[in-house]
Amino acid sequence: MTPLEIEINGVKKELINMWILVQSQLNKAKDAMVLFDKDLAREVLVKEKRVNAFELKIDRDCENVFALHCPVAIDLRFLLAALKINTNLERIGDIAAGIAKYVVDSSVNFDAAAMESTSMIRMYDEAVNILTDTRSAFEKEDTVLARSIFKRDDVLDDINDNAPITVAEVIKKDIESLPEALYILSIIRKLERVGDQSKNIAEEIIFYVEAKILKHYESSRLGLTDEEQ
Amino acid sequence: MESTIVKAENYNSYFGDNHVVKDVNISINKNEVIAVMGPSGCGKTTFLRGINRMHELIPNATSKGKILLDGENVYDMNAIYVRSKIGMVFQRPNPFPNLSIYENVVAGYLLNGLKISKADKDVIVEKSLTSAALWKEVKDSLHKKGTFLSGGQQQRLCIARAIAMQPELILFDEPTSALDPISTSSVEALFHELKTNYTLIIVTHNMQQAARVSDRTAFFYMGELVEFDDTKKMFTNPADQRTQNYITGRFS
Repeated sequence: MTPLEIEINGVKKELINMWILVQSQLNKAKDAMVLFDKDLAREVLVKEKRVNAFELKIDRDCENVFALHCPVAIDLRFLLAALKINTNLERIGDIAAGIAKYVVDSSVNFDAAAMESTSMIRMYDEAVNILTDTRSAFEKEDTVLARSIFKRDDVLDDINDNAPITVAEVIKKDIESLPEALYILSIIRKLERVGDQSKNIAEEIIFYVEAKILKHYESSRLGLTDEEQ
Repeated sequence: MESTIVKAENYNSYFGDNHVVKDVNISINKNEVIAVMGPSGCGKTTFLRGINRMHELIPNATSKGKILLDGENVYDMNAIYVRSKIGMVFQRPNPFPNLSIYENVVAGYLLNGLKISKADKDVIVEKSLTSAALWKEVKDSLHKKGTFLSGGQQQRLCIARAIAMQPELILFDEPTSALDPISTSSVEALFHELKTNYTLIIVTHNMQQAARVSDRTAFFYMGELVEFDDTKKMFTNPADQRTQNYITGRFS
C-alpha cells in the first residue's frame, strides 16, 4: 500500500466511525423522544461534542493529505467527497442534538397517537435507514444503493409536505396538545433535513466512485441510470 | 481555430528487434503545451526523439510510420532542416562550454554554416534571450562563458538556443529534472510564455509538473499511447485504469 493509500484509508475509517456515532445519536434521540427519557437526551447533547471533534479531525486530515500527497483522480475525488460528507454528517449530528434538546426542554411526554397519526415515527425510521444505507453505499462503493437513496428521500418529503395538515388534526382534536404538536412539526422538519443531507452524501458517493456530478439535477431523474436517462 | 502542427500516424520505433514505440497515433495543435508521461522504459523519450529524427542517430535504431509536420512527413525531409524546425532541450543543461552566452544562442547558425550579419545576430540574441526570460539577467555578461550561469539559467540559455532557430515546435526531454525547485519554477513559468508563439512537447517524470504546465497529457505504457486527453480530465477522471493506477501511484 502506498503512503497515500494508507492516508486515504485512514480518512475513510474516521468517516465511518463518525457515521456510526451520528447514527447512534439519531437513534438515541428517537428513543429519548419515544420513552421521554431526559437522561438519554442529555447524553445525546453531551456526545454532540464528539461529533464536532470528528468533523475537525477529518477536515484537518484531508487538508494534510492535500498538502503532502497532491492527490489526483479517484484519490482527489475521494477527498473532495470526504470533506463534504464530513459536513453533511456533522449537520445530521446537529439535528439529532436538536431533537434531543426538544426532549430536554419539553415539560410533557410526546403522545404516541400523535406521533403515529403524523407519521413521524415512520419518517424517523426511514431517515435512520436511509442514513445507514448511505454508509453501506460508501463502504462498498455501491452506486446502485447510493442512487436508491434519491427515491427514498421522496417518502420523507411527502410526510413533510403533509405535516401541516396532520399536525393541525392533532391540534384540532386537543387544543391542549398545541406545544407538543409544534415540537412534532419541528421534528418532522428536521427529519426532512436528514433526508436532504443523506441525498447530498449519496451524490458525493457517486461523484467519488463514478466521477459523475449529480448536483442540481432534477430530483425525478436522480435515481435513474444513464441508460434510463 | 485549432490547427494541427504535428501528427503521428501509426508511428513505431525500434532498437534492433526491440519494439519500443508501438503504433502511436496522435495529433497536436499549434500553441499547445503537451506533457508526455509514463514509467521508465515506456517509450516516451524514444517517441519524442522520433519527432525530430534524433532517434535514427542511434546505431540499430529504426522507425516506421509517419510524423507529419504541417502535413509533411519529416522522414521525407532533410534531417538537418527537420531539427532546425523542431528544437530540442534536454534533461541536463548543455550549453557549449567553450562558447560565450552570445555564441551559444546563435550556435545553431554557426554550426550549420549559416552566415548572418552581426546586426541580425544581435537581434536574434536579444529576442531569444528575452523569450527565454534570461535577457535581463545576462545582458551585461553576454560574452562570458555559458557555463558560468546557474543550472536554471543554463537551461533557459538552452531554450534560448532552441528558440533562436525559430522552430515551430520545441521538444523538452525532462527539462527540469536536474534543476532545483526555484529554477524549475522559472522554467515552468517560461513554458506558459513560450506557448504564445510555440508548440511545446514536454516529457516529464514529474506528474505535478505535467498537471501544472500542460493543456493536454499523453500517457505511454510499454510503448503504447494509452491515453491522450485534456490534462484536467486526465488528472481528475482518467478513462483508462492503467492511467489511473500510474497517476495515483498504484502502479505495480
